[in-house]
Amino acid sequence: MSRTIDAVVSPTQTNTIPADISGHMLDLDEDDDLEVFSKDSTLADGNMFNASMPTSPGSMVNQCKFEEDEESDSKDIFITVDNPESHVTAIETFITYRVLTKTTRSEFDNSEYEVRRRYQDFLWLKGKLEDAHSTLIVHPLPEKFVVKGMVERFSGDFIETRRKALHKFLTRVADHPILSCSEDFKVFLSAQAWELTTYKKQGPGFLSRMGETVRAVANSVRGVKNRPEEFTAIQEYVEDFSNKIGSLDKVTQRIVKEQKEYLEELKEYGPTYTLWSGSEEELAEQLKGVAGCIERCCKETEEQVGHLSDTLVPVLHEYVLCAETLKAVLRRRDNIQAEFEAKNEALATKKVDRDAESSDLGFVWGSLLGKNPEEARHQRQERLDGEIEELKEEIDKLEDRVEWANNALKGDWGRWQRSMRGDLKSAFLSTAEKNVDYYEKCLAVWETFLLSQRTEPSEETDRDNTP
Amino acid sequence: MMADSGPKDVAVIGNTELTSAELDNNIKNTMVEIEKGTSLLRKMEISVAEAEKRTGKNTVNMQEMYTVYLIETRPVDALTEGITPDSLWRRYSEFELLRNYLLVTYPFVVVAPLPEKRAEIVWHKLSADNMDPDFVERRRVGLENFLHRVASHPVLCNDNIFYIFLTEDKDWKEMVYETGFQAKADSRLKAVNAAFRVKNPDGRFTELKHYSDELQTVLSQLLRVRARVADRLYGVYKVHGNYGRVFSEWSAIEKEMGDGLQSAGHHMDAYAASVDDILEEEEHYADQLKEYLFYTDALRAVCRKHELTQFELEMVALDLACKKQQKEELVTGTVRTFSLKGMTSKLFGQETAEQREAKLQVLEQQLKEGEEAVKEKNTESDEFVKTAWVDIERFKDQKDRDLKEALISYAVMQISMCKKGIQVWTNAKECFNKM
Repeated sequence: MSRTIDAVVSPTQTNTIPADISGHMLDLDEDDDLEVFSKDSTLADGNMFNASMPTSPGSMVNQCKFEEDEESDSKDIFITVDNPESHVTAIETFITYRVLTKTTRSEFDNSEYEVRRRYQDFLWLKGKLEDAHSTLIVHPLPEKFVVKGMVERFSGDFIETRRKALHKFLTRVADHPILSCSEDFKVFLSAQAWELTTYKKQGPGFLSRMGETVRAVANSVRGVKNRPEEFTAIQEYVEDFSNKIGSLDKVTQRIVKEQKEYLEELKEYGPTYTLWSGSEEELAEQLKGVAGCIERCCKETEEQVGHLSDTLVPVLHEYVLCAETLKAVLRRRDNIQAEFEAKNEALATKKVDRDAESSDLGFVWGSLLGKNPEEARHQRQERLDGEIEELKEEIDKLEDRVEWANNALKGDWGRWQRSMRGDLKSAFLSTAEKNVDYYEKCLAVWETFLLSQRTEPSEETDRDNTP
Repeated sequence: MMADSGPKDVAVIGNTELTSAELDNNIKNTMVEIEKGTSLLRKMEISVAEAEKRTGKNTVNMQEMYTVYLIETRPVDALTEGITPDSLWRRYSEFELLRNYLLVTYPFVVVAPLPEKRAEIVWHKLSADNMDPDFVERRRVGLENFLHRVASHPVLCNDNIFYIFLTEDKDWKEMVYETGFQAKADSRLKAVNAAFRVKNPDGRFTELKHYSDELQTVLSQLLRVRARVADRLYGVYKVHGNYGRVFSEWSAIEKEMGDGLQSAGHHMDAYAASVDDILEEEEHYADQLKEYLFYTDALRAVCRKHELTQFELEMVALDLACKKQQKEELVTGTVRTFSLKGMTSKLFGQETAEQREAKLQVLEQQLKEGEEAVKEKNTESDEFVKTAWVDIERFKDQKDRDLKEALISYAVMQISMCKKGIQVWTNAKECFNKM
């Protein structure tokens, strides 16, 4: 049974999202934005649209590549995260970040917002987004704690790394056609601190959330029975991807470590030539030259390691977290399907119950209590019919939910893959470029030295010819 | 006995595209060129061609494994006629014996060092095992270098024992011992004693001693740090090999990125493998530095000999001065310095005139001998200083030339390493672009 879904509304979401805007899409064919996306040859069809326009899940499958181009005209919301500040209260110390938003979107009252947010607020936002769109892929947040290494929670490097990751998170949400329309997102960007606190207190209470968790656990224990092939394929891919990206993360961190140790030794190496030059006459200049070369190469090495740490390491780490996110998304999708299957089974059981001969205990009990067997059976039938109808309604809803979840995931999956390819390609490309640059600079250093040496031999031979 | 001066045109550095082997060869030929003014190497081509393992009984009659080296010699003009070289096998210990003989027989010469007996200051990948083929190979090269150094030395090349070492298989050891050089060797104790007590050594030798100490310290440190740097560099390159493996595995699950990843992986493997050659080349550079590290011992040996000769001269001169004073006292009858004899003679009466006369005669004789001794020692010392300083100047020039070349070749190695790096990462970049 297929359903056309006209509005992007998650069954559990309460905020409003514009209805289907497929009418608008036709206009966009003449839009200037076409140029931005035209170099993407992976488009399935000619459907192009503005990145910020929400669409129905069905057409999400045909999404085009979202570029991180800040100058792109298609973006109508720009967010920066900066200016970490530490706050000290009686109970705790924490860092807040300034979140600046500039937007032309109509759902925002103003065009600019400046708020301060702490990590907990980001966590809250992520939770809300995942609750509302359980099978959409939300970009990961930086980790709560650093597991390995003695990184101080408030060290400069840690804060900077976290800041960048938080920025990436918000940017990704803003770029997402569905997630960026979330009311929670809007509140996060625009509300003052106290407003946010109040807002957070609304929504499903603790108990109802507990109930959902219990259901989720029950479903995951039960397991899904008829998972569609494509999702199994995705799951297998995610497993492999998770392994590979984890390995790459480790390898890269190892390279950084080795490179740093190399740098440490190199720093001691140059000075030995300088020391030696102090004992020599003829060789002094040359030795100092070599020392100088090594010193300059040290600087280049330092820069190269820095680049690696700033560019490749964070991206790989992000995708390690992404892999975990993907696994969770797949699990949630499975749970939704499991719930649907469970209800279906319950319905089947109930139907069997209803159609069964009434030689059950209830009948016996009823007759013991003096009920008319005909009446009792009739009552029972009515009751079961009612329950069956209820179940059918629930199942309808669940079926919608499953289909919606599947489509959301399918659409977002393609989108995620494209982002992943783009991110990793650009990170590796940048690393390779930097390495070429590093070697080119070192090459220049040594060639300059060599050149300075080769102008001397002619003087040498003149000198040596005198007895 | 001035060393033949004037290096011929240093026809060496053409371009940076020379491989290290060619550069090495260039350097060797240059040195040969330079030393060609001197005798032996001009007449004779010498090489240590091979190394072989043998077993045999050692001095305590136990089985042991050792390595022998094949020394090939051939007159220079025979090159064009293709005559097979003469050859014989020698052990490292025989080289040591030869060197000790040279050290004792020509104490004013800075005698070239032998390569390490045991591998020290190596970075982890290189084995410190004496039987390791790489170590044996490097030692072979070092021994050949030693022979070239000796054969091109203006004084040493004429030594008969050296010539026989190169050409005659039998009885060389006996011949060396027959020279009685071991008896001529100065005891270590004597040398240390002299070093402490010498009063007026030639300033230049004192300076040279300081220089050789400094050079030894700095080169040891440099070689140690270089080995550590090599270790780390090795680590960096090799870890990149893991990229190769993971990229390859990852490419299997990616449709669009697969090709790019796969080929990038190959380049990462190539990058990881390239470090082996790089470090092998650098090892040659390290060996060149090590030679000069070991040369510092020879420098110090010459300084010690000077101190010894100077000390002996001073002792003899002191002795003469003593005797002169004794004579004076005897003649004038005054006792200026306290002496037991003087005291006893005071106590037990003066000597007779005859006794005094006899004593005087003896003293006169001793004085004459003493003066002869001083003259002899003076000449000896002067001669030593002169010849030693000539060789030290020769050594200094050689050292400056060699190390200059070594530093240039080091720069060339670094350039080659950078070029390889550029190539690999440019290729990798192309592959990433295709992802």
